[in-house]
Amino acid sequence: MYETQYHRASSIQDAVKLRQAAGEGKYLSGGMTLIPTMKQRLAAPTDLVDVRQISEMKGITVSGRTVRIGAATTHFEVASSAELAAVCPAIAGLASHIGDPHVRHMGTIGGSIANNDPAADYPSAMLALDATIVTDRREIAAGDFFTGLFETALEDGELVTAVTFEAPAKAAYQKFANPASRYAMTGVFVARRDNGDVRVAVTGAGSNGVFRHKGMEAALSAQWSPDALAGVTVDPSDLLSDIHADASYRANLVKVMAKRAVAAA
Amino acid sequence: MGVEGIGARVARKEDKRLLTGKGRYTDDMSVPGMKYAIFVRSPYAHAKIRSIDATAAKAMPGVIGVLDGKQLLADGIGNLICGWMIHSKDGSPMKMGAWRPLAHETVRYVGDAVAIVVADSVAEAKDAAEAVVVDYQELPVVTDATKALEQGQPQLHPEAPNNLIFDWQIGDPAATDKAIASAAHVTEITIHNNRLSPNPMEPRATLGIYDGGDEHYTCYTTSQNPHVARLVMSAFYNVAPENKLRVIAPDVGGGFGSKIYIYPEEIVCLWASKRTGVPVKWTSDRTEAFLTDAHGRDHLSKVKMAFDANNRIIGLKVDTVANLGAYMSLFSSAVPTYLYATLLSGQYDIPAIHANVRTVYTNTAPVDAYRGAGRPEATYLLERTMETAARELGVSPAELRRINFIRSFPHQTPVIMNYDAGDYDASLDAAMKAADWNGFAARKAEAAGRGMKRGIGMSCYIEACGIAPSAAVGSLGAGVGLWESAEVRVNAVGTIEVLTGSHSHGQGHETTFAQLVADRFGVPIDSVNIVHGDTDKVQMGMGTYGSRSGAVGMSAVVKALDKVEAKAKKIAAHLMEADESDIVIENGELKVAGTDKTVPWFQMALAAYTAHNLPPGMEPGLKEGAFYDPANFTFPAGCYICEVEVDPETGVTKIIQFVAADDFGNIINPMIVEGQVHGGLAQGIGQALLENVHYDPENGQLLTASYMDYAMPRADDLPSFKVSTSNTPCPNNPLGIKGCGEAGAIGSPPALINAITDAIGNNRLTMPATPQKVWAAAHAAN
Repeated sequence: MYETQYHRASSIQDAVKLRQAAGEGKYLSGGMTLIPTMKQRLAAPTDLVDVRQISEMKGITVSGRTVRIGAATTHFEVASSAELAAVCPAIAGLASHIGDPHVRHMGTIGGSIANNDPAADYPSAMLALDATIVTDRREIAAGDFFTGLFETALEDGELVTAVTFEAPAKAAYQKFANPASRYAMTGVFVARRDNGDVRVAVTGAGSNGVFRHKGMEAALSAQWSPDALAGVTVDPSDLLSDIHADASYRANLVKVMAKRAVAAA
Repeated sequence: MGVEGIGARVARKEDKRLLTGKGRYTDDMSVPGMKYAIFVRSPYAHAKIRSIDATAAKAMPGVIGVLDGKQLLADGIGNLICGWMIHSKDGSPMKMGAWRPLAHETVRYVGDAVAIVVADSVAEAKDAAEAVVVDYQELPVVTDATKALEQGQPQLHPEAPNNLIFDWQIGDPAATDKAIASAAHVTEITIHNNRLSPNPMEPRATLGIYDGGDEHYTCYTTSQNPHVARLVMSAFYNVAPENKLRVIAPDVGGGFGSKIYIYPEEIVCLWASKRTGVPVKWTSDRTEAFLTDAHGRDHLSKVKMAFDANNRIIGLKVDTVANLGAYMSLFSSAVPTYLYATLLSGQYDIPAIHANVRTVYTNTAPVDAYRGAGRPEATYLLERTMETAARELGVSPAELRRINFIRSFPHQTPVIMNYDAGDYDASLDAAMKAADWNGFAARKAEAAGRGMKRGIGMSCYIEACGIAPSAAVGSLGAGVGLWESAEVRVNAVGTIEVLTGSHSHGQGHETTFAQLVADRFGVPIDSVNIVHGDTDKVQMGMGTYGSRSGAVGMSAVVKALDKVEAKAKKIAAHLMEADESDIVIENGELKVAGTDKTVPWFQMALAAYTAHNLPPGMEPGLKEGAFYDPANFTFPAGCYICEVEVDPETGVTKIIQFVAADDFGNIINPMIVEGQVHGGLAQGIGQALLENVHYDPENGQLLTASYMDYAMPRADDLPSFKVSTSNTPCPNNPLGIKGCGEAGAIGSPPALINAITDAIGNNRLTMPATPQKVWAAAHAAN
């Protein structure tokens, strides 16, 4: 790791100010990707602005079916929130399978979505739940937020402070874990609203990161059952190939995980 | 057996230290003035070094020195060597290219060391290492061994045209070809044995200390055989004469073979300590370990197995290409030859065998012994071939094996080995019973009802360990003898130190070796200390690998105990005015049999050292040493059965049960043996399902350089193992033991792959059987 300055921000305003004052600064919200990257000397921020202790960014509130999760809320807190589990068990279940216990106690939802690792779990949930990403300066629809591999709509210095979404009528997440990293080799989040709208979001598989599968959404809107997906094809040409799985296998996994998610929802 | 004697489940003495963080590993060592080393490594798999400019690096904060290969050469430090000479079938010696501890002309794999930076801190050394400017001229790359043999491929070493190191054979080609020509059935199969990274929990580390006053060197290192390290560094690398070099391998956190070898780093750190005048410590990080620890396996073999009309094997022909990487590591030549092809008879009476092995240089890390070392390659090849043959012949896998089992001992195979004892039916019967083999069909039908494909597979392995008779291995090209030494020192108060040339890096020697003493003298094992891993304490030893510590290392202890016992009885007889032949040793006392006369052990020991009243002419003291050279290899064998369910939608394999029935001969500590089997099974299952070293064939970059991409087995990948042992004592060593350290890793991969291929009905499957491969094979026609 190269030398870096650590700052602990006390408020959103303080964090943004510290980040602006820094040379090549980075927000630190758990650091489960950033710190290993720095240890490998693959990232060299001059300053780290730790936002995990900012109280206004922590915690989960559920009002009716409206859910707000502070960006500095850990995966463990999401996984173990009874309030959240009552309205959206799918996202709690997703959080309970991120990394290992150490990661779940350090990593945060804001850190995960701002990093937008193409194999991370949360981006699929945000997209399928049609979540809103709240930042220090605006609100961004999830559909506009995730723009590519490790790319988001965040501007320089913009800080994710919370995510909000309406709890769906039904939802589930099914992950096929990479045998080495246990990140999603393919993960599918399905969500169905009270009005019958269905969203299917896929992580770990897309060559441009998380994406919605419109064909499966149409099929499931017409008929909410695993069998409805039988005739849907998943085009491997937009999917990742790497040493662990090629695109054709990932295409199969997208469909299988989607079927299993619908069955589990 | 006493509560702490031979055969007792004694809890490991060393665990309190190791599990409470009190272990002392090489990286824990700290000496005054110590500085830290970082190696500048090649980012290219193949390149000429045009120049190295360390001017900027030397000016960096905290930097003590930056040294390169030209300086190393100028100081007369020698090349790394391969310690086992193999001759090709045309009689020519193996073609060994130069391996410089620091490359100064050519780098041949990603991670090849080119310079060392010594600085006040690791961070400063890393900063300076980045400032060392190496001007490389990239060269074309080859990573695949079969491809490397083709015309027009990049050439790694001028000494080895077409990258061929040797073209060796064993057995009788004419008799084998004749058997195949006359066969009623020939099973043909291509077998790929995947490349593995050893992944000990503790990465390699070394601390080199040069004392200018005595012109003496001390080397702390993560070694399985510190005496061999000292020998090689003295005799071949010209670091220092043996009497001026002390090598200490303290607590070592796993080796699996990868810490047998002498690597560039310990040589360079010792030399750098003299050059810079400060003690120099280097600790590998995990990515360096993936890049530079010697890998294991990487074979491609074509197999023909010939059967007569009664399903008896009449011939076996094997053609193997083995990838040895960019340089020949210390025992790399022995692994795909004498540790591999000599086991190709398996548990079977095969009249004619011929194996041809070509070893090849490629732009990859060196490949050497890894848990099992040659025997897993032989076992995987044979047992997949047997399973395939059984399916082709329409015979049950168990029946085909039984038809061909060796049942009379000693048995001379056509490939050197002379099996001394075994009962292969016993292991097969035990495993089939434990696995409820006969109930499988019902379980398969039940699984099919759930949409799952269930399969069962077996593997009947044999291995050769307790290596090895020195004269025999010498005649086959080994540069060392493979005996072991021990010394038993009885202190004046009766406590005992056992010094051994074996080295414990997870095996539990501090417990099992002490059990031998407790068994012999009836003293508590807490009064026995096992001393190992320091060339200043133990005179000489050959170290621990090849499951040799029990069969060879303990046998040396037994010989030394015999001498101690004899002298102790003489002293006791003298003290009790009895005949020494009447003395028996029980429960820590020396007694005159049939009387109530007794001398406590400690009193006898004290008498030995006060020397006030010893038999006439007897030297004072009680300390005896012994060297033990084994008469033969030992031959552990067993039967493993694996049952799996494959999810046809995803290709995920779930291991439902795994049964291991082993014959290890006599057992010193069943709990430790079970632990060894569990660990071996985990590594074998890791090889079969998960692990694979993956190089980019275009540029030789290592794509599996961290745990993000290299899949290690974890607890939830493994079932709860059912293990049992049977016992045909080894007739060739005093304890009748065979060795258990590698069996799990040797016998398990074929059982697992045979189970998966049975489940999916397609035999075309390579390791690791990843979900993608299994899914594709399950949906392809056989």
